[in-house]
Amino acid sequence: MVLINGTKTDADGKTVEEYISQTDYNRSRIAVEINGDIVPKSKYDSTILNDGDTVEIVGFVGGG
Amino acid sequence: MAISEQQAKRYARHFSLKEIGVRGQKKLLSSKVLVIGAGGLGSSAILYLAAAGVGSLGIADFDAVDLSNLQRQIIHKTENVGMPKTRSAEIAVKAIDPNIIIRLYDFALTPDNITDIISEYDFILDCTDRFETKFLINDACVIAEKPYSHAGVVRFEGQAMTYIPKKGPCLRCLMGGVPHDAVTCKDAGVIGAAVGVLGSVQALEAVKYLTGVGDLLCGRIFSFDGLTMNVRVHSMPGADPDCAVCGGSPSIKNLAENSRDYFIQSCNNGGDDV
Repeated sequence: MVLINGTKTDADGKTVEEYISQTDYNRSRIAVEINGDIVPKSKYDSTILNDGDTVEIVGFVGGG
Repeated sequence: MAISEQQAKRYARHFSLKEIGVRGQKKLLSSKVLVIGAGGLGSSAILYLAAAGVGSLGIADFDAVDLSNLQRQIIHKTENVGMPKTRSAEIAVKAIDPNIIIRLYDFALTPDNITDIISEYDFILDCTDRFETKFLINDACVIAEKPYSHAGVVRFEGQAMTYIPKKGPCLRCLMGGVPHDAVTCKDAGVIGAAVGVLGSVQALEAVKYLTGVGDLLCGRIFSFDGLTMNVRVHSMPGADPDCAVCGGSPSIKNLAENSRDYFIQSCNNGGDDV
């Protein structure tokens, strides 16, 4: 299981891209942090979520 | 530069800080900072930079003060509704310290004019209200190798990060491309005190950069939710080697050629400064 934003999620073996595409998150307004470090967007296709990973989805807002 | 008796009194609390002291104050007094956007973020950022004694301030905004701004844009006053925001901000800065050198840019920054303007400054604050403009500032600063502070706020929440050339990721490393469908404060609402927190973070980053103290939000994203008071600092230690603007073989080398990225594309996206 992968701990995503504090919730155990069955996402083992999925790439970041696959996981995000199955959620309501807008890919262009988030960053994905895995085990403490943010994964570059260009690595979403090649980064696989593993059992025991801790994932935080960081939202970006554009007002000011 | 000699510190006058008046300045010694004005900046006495800085002199008590071992991180700043007389040496740091002299650095601030000889520094030039550009604040792009005199709205919600810009209000607290400009006021704190003026109070801290940043010697030269550039303020860029093409908008006029509206009554609906005053709920959060604390640099502007009721009597200045209708006035250009740059002029209204200048009045507030001069009231804090008449000796600050101020330059106003009361027009929109574009791919054609932004590079010349930022070249005049040591540090830049992105206090704008749309991702399109935030990416214009990001790309301009990356190409011109200028350090800058990014922030964004909507509702009760926001984020900030600091870009230092060649030392950490830029906004494109983190976000990929421009989200043209992002909600604006006009659509979603925003609370003034939350914008003030993020604007203050930006002013603090500028002061730290200019005086060379502390740890900047370089390679780190400060994430703030004022509703839950969850505050996080997320890490992205290095730049993305494949980043379109700061990567090893960038596809964005010229702002004018990439200008469609910076246009407001959604007719629904009528944001105003937070």
